[in-house]
Formats: sequence, C-alpha cells, structure tokens
Amino acid sequence: MQPFTTVTGIAAPLLWANVDTDMIIPVQRLVGTGRDGLGPHGFERFRYLPDGGDNPDFPLNRAPFKGAPILLADENFGCGSSREGAVWTLMGMGLRCVIAPSFGDIFHNNCFQNGLLPVRLPIEVIRRMAEAMEESPGNARVTVDLDRQVVVTPWGEAVPFAVDARKREALLSGLDEVAQTLQRADAIAAWQARDRAARAWAWDPVG
Amino acid sequence: MARTLFDKIWDAHVVADLGEGWALLHVDRVLLHDLSGARALQEVAERGHRLARPELVFATPDHAVSTAPGRTSETFAGGARSLANLRKRARETGIRLYDLGQPGNGIVHVMAPELAIVLPGLTLVCGDSHTCTNGGVGALAFGIGASELAHVLATQTLAQRRPRNMRIRFEGALPPGVTAKDMILHAIGRYGTAAGTGYAVEYAGSAVRALPLEARLTLCNLSIEMGAKMGMVAPDATTFDYLACREFAPKGSAWDAALADWQALPSDAEAHFDRDHRIEAADIAPQVTWGTSPEQVLPVTAAIPQPRSAGDRAALDYMGLEAGRPIAGTKVDWVFIGSCTNSRLSDLRDAAAVLRGRRVAQGVTAWVVPGSETVKREAEAEGLHRQFLAAGFEWREPGCALCVAANEESVPSGARCVSTSNRNFVGRQGTGARTHLASPAMAAAAALAGAIADVRGMA
Ligand code: SF4
Repeated sequence: MQPFTTVTGIAAPLLWANVDTDMIIPVQRLVGTGRDGLGPHGFERFRYLPDGGDNPDFPLNRAPFKGAPILLADENFGCGSSREGAVWTLMGMGLRCVIAPSFGDIFHNNCFQNGLLPVRLPIEVIRRMAEAMEESPGNARVTVDLDRQVVVTPWGEAVPFAVDARKREALLSGLDEVAQTLQRADAIAAWQARDRAARAWAWDPVG
Repeated sequence: MARTLFDKIWDAHVVADLGEGWALLHVDRVLLHDLSGARALQEVAERGHRLARPELVFATPDHAVSTAPGRTSETFAGGARSLANLRKRARETGIRLYDLGQPGNGIVHVMAPELAIVLPGLTLVCGDSHTCTNGGVGALAFGIGASELAHVLATQTLAQRRPRNMRIRFEGALPPGVTAKDMILHAIGRYGTAAGTGYAVEYAGSAVRALPLEARLTLCNLSIEMGAKMGMVAPDATTFDYLACREFAPKGSAWDAALADWQALPSDAEAHFDRDHRIEAADIAPQVTWGTSPEQVLPVTAAIPQPRSAGDRAALDYMGLEAGRPIAGTKVDWVFIGSCTNSRLSDLRDAAAVLRGRRVAQGVTAWVVPGSETVKREAEAEGLHRQFLAAGFEWREPGCALCVAANEESVPSGARCVSTSNRNFVGRQGTGARTHLASPAMAAAAALAGAIADVRGMA
C-alpha cells in the first residue's frame, strides 16, 4: 500500500450528495480492465459527452481541477457497492484524499486499504473551501496533513479531523495488514480449536 | 449484561481486541463471485499467501455471465476470462465452485441461504455489498472490498470496527398486496440512505416475525441501501424450518446442538439499541421509487414530489418525470423480475399470481431471471415458467443480469424499467436507463398495464 503523510494541492469541488460507486466507475469497466487502467473511466457517464469529448459541465473537467489530488465532496460519498475499483479509479485520476461530511462504510474501509485518505469535515467547512478554490482558481491550495491530523484551508486555518489511530498508523507506514495479522496465527488457531470444540455444528458440515 | 443479537455474534467471534472499538474477527464462511472472487484469489496467490481455510470458501459465477436461454460460459465473451480464472483458482485452492447449470449455482446471496452455507450465529463475508441479505437467517453477514477479502482468504479473520446497534420494529399486520420489499423501501424513504451508516440493523416486531424466511432475506438485502453494512433478523422456528435438511445444515445430533445455540441468539429483552425505530405495518402501501436514489420512493398512490434540492431536480430530469403528476400511470418499456432482492421461488410465485392468464402490454419487454439454478428448476417443476412465457415474459438462466448490467444485458438508454432489484442509480441498468424499484407483484402489475400500476387494483 502507498503510504500517506501529507498532500498539498488543488482541491476540486464535486458537491453532489450520495455519489455512489456506480457513478465513480460503472461495473462494466471492472470486467476486463486492470486496476491501473480505470482512471480514464472515472465518472465517465458525467465526464464525457456522447461524442467522447470532455463535458464542460463536469466540475473535474475545468482547468485547475483536472488531475487535482484532493476532492471536496458531499454527504454519503462512495455509497453503494463494495467495489474497490472505485478507489483504484479515483487514485487513477490522481486523487490522494477525499474530504466529505460522511462516507459509505465499505468505501471508507477500501480507501484506507489503498492509501487514499478519506477525511470527514463538516459540510460548512467543505463549502467554504470549495468557494475559496473557485474564487482563486489555480492559486488556492489545501494541505491535508495526516501526521498532525489537520486540513489547512486556503485561508490558512488548520482544521483538525478525527481519524482512527489504527488506520492512521497503517497509512503513515504503508503497513501490510495481512503480514501483521499472520503474526497472530497462533491466536487464530487457538480460537478455531476452541470454537470447533464448542460449536462443532458450525464446522462439521463444511470441514 | 443484556445483549443484542448482533452483540452476541460479534462477541463470540473476537479473536483479538485491537483497541478503540476494533476487533480481529473470525470469519466462518466466505463467498466469492466471478467479479470480486477471481481477483481476490489471484491477489492472495500473487502476494505469496495460501488460503487459510479453503473448506470455508464457496464460489459461484453470477455477475458477468449471460442469462440468455441456453447460455454457456462463452455467451458473454467479456466475462469468460474472469470465469475461467475463477475455475482455475478454485481447482488450485480446493474451494467449492458451483458452476453454470449445476444445482447450487446462482446469485451468490441466493445460493448461500439455499444451501445453508450461511447459518444463524455465523459470520460471513463476500466481496459484495448485498452480503447483508444473508442476515435474514440470523447471521452476521457483510460486504467487504477486494483488499479486505484477500485478508480474509489469507487469514480467516478481518479487522473491523464495531458498529452501533439499530433496531427497526415493524408492528402489526401488513395490508394485502404489501411485501417485505415495500417494508424496506418505506423504511429507506423515511430514514434516508445514510441512516444506517455505522450501524448493524436488526429488523424486529410482529410483522417481521410473520414473514417467511425468503421475505426476511429481501428485507435484509436493502440494508446497504440504508447505509448499513449489516442487517439481520433473529432466528426462530421459521428459520429453523427453512434450514433443516439443506445441504450444509448440521444433521442429527449436530442439529440439536446447533438449535440450542441458535435459540439463545435473539436479542435480550433489556438489550440496548443506540437507535430504535418503530413503523406501523398498516401504514405501508406498495412502494415505487421515482428518482435515482432508493430514498426517492413513494406509495404507488402518491404524486411525484416537488423537488427540494438540486439533486431532486437532477433526478426528475434523468427519470423524465414531472413533479405533481401521479406516479401511477407512468408508461414503462421494460420489466425485470430478478436480482438477489427478489428472485426466489416465493417472488416468482407472487409475480405469476398477478399475471393469471393475462398478457404483458404491447411494447413492454419483460424478463424473469430466476436467482439460482435450483429456483429455476423448482419454478419449472411448478409450471411457473409456462405462466410467465404465456404472459409474454422471457424466462432466462440464473444470474445478476439487468440488476447491474455487468454482462452487458441492459435496459436501453431512455427506456423506463420497473425492476425488483435494489438500486435505481444513474446508469445502473445501462447508460441512460430509468429504473423504478418495486416488488415482484408490482413489477408484474406494471408489465400487464404497460405503466406503473397499483397491484391492489389488478385482482
Ligand atoms: S443481483 Fe444485483 S445486487 Fe445482487 S449480487 Fe447481483 S449485481 Fe449485486
């Protein structure tokens, strides 16, 4: 996993509520497209015109926001399916951080697995940042600092955000969670032996 | 201390407390499908790990396979590679694969309860958000992403943060013509698509107790549309009757031991729920969605609401609807009966009962896609397929099909479809497709009328 410490750059506003994973990447693209090839298909139903050209109405197509590393989003971002391809797609578009008031649960977990940082901030702060980005396109910057757990707004305010200590550690170090869990192999085996004795019915039909 | 159904299953599966509400949970069963499963098996192999417990892993192709009558694994060429990959990895790892045409094959959340792969009190995961469906038998079942799935396959465990408890009680008797699908759509309309985020939801109350097992699966299926990864119904005699004698149900003395454990699972009377809701079953009418989010739903007797936000306006525009007009009477072009929400035998019976010798309206393309090979065979044994065919429906092979269009079976752009599936997202059934979610009976009524119609008036 790609570690995450600090990202500074342009924050692109996409203030739509309930952006679902089907909007981020249609499932058809997950059939036969490798995880590295998804970026160009991100938001394709909104991003392109029927003739394949860029849709000028799609916020991320506007000059300073194309390829921005930070996304400013609205409520329930990433709701819907469990497809991790949604995270790979956003990263393929150059994003490293999504700031939203709330996230779909599974998407939120998937972000951490890949080094895309989901940050929860109040919608008022997000709206103000979006305005600041629009007012001074190309100049305003946002910094997301995971180490200090703050988002530095375009007007220089350091707004703290909460993040799970476990997830923060893993992101800062780019930890391999499977290797970490496998160190507990003995505890897992002991649990299974105990459970097998207590709940033979859960194991016998399939074991 | 008094505990909920959820608490009991969670607590029993903690291998290690990771602090701050996190636990390393044991996972009792893993389901794989052709899209996320093949990939996860590949990732485990590439990273040099072995499957921790292949005997606890079950696979079935469902997403990227054709559902055309007489299909083979090559009919949808785009999915043939993932399926070939799934077969190869299944052989190498020794996991059970239920292949096309075999009993046991089908939509992953239909086949798991059908074979009793999922049992009360078990933990189960799948790389698919509708894994919550399996909570209908009283299991803790939830969807995860590809990396988490690889972690489970390699370790048989998963680090999760404990969600909070929510209960939704449906009390009283359901009015005629109202189904589990209407109950859950009504709840989503009332509480919103993010209400369940961070919660495990238990559905309870007399109206839930009265539901047959398959209807409980439908109820739990849309938990994720309310934002909840997990939805569940406490196991009871209905559950036990359903599971008894199924392929992977415990047998003989193991069954008796299981039953004793299962009877201790329901939430204690004093158990605390962080949120507790109550819905009167009598207030629920047949539901239909009007927008592009499952919370944009209304009783079929109502008028399309005035937009309250830019999102509402965009939804009306996409759906080609006009605020203030009755939703009933809106012309439809397609009807889809299928998906892990509503493709079980009881769903097909419900729909067939509405058809009763009548014909699908002119210009409507209507599909029935049974949820599994077993559902298909049982329905054919009852002659349901003949009723559908006689009415003008297509009778197809099991799979996800029009629910997600991963196999390129899709509703044409601009066409309007009444669908028994669970998501009415923009483009979900195909680019530009307009989806109205409803129950199987309502879908059958729409097929006959050629328009959204109140099934209660079609008798
Ligand atoms: S039927 Fe639809 S919702 Fe269910 S598993 Fe298949 S694609 Fe997902």
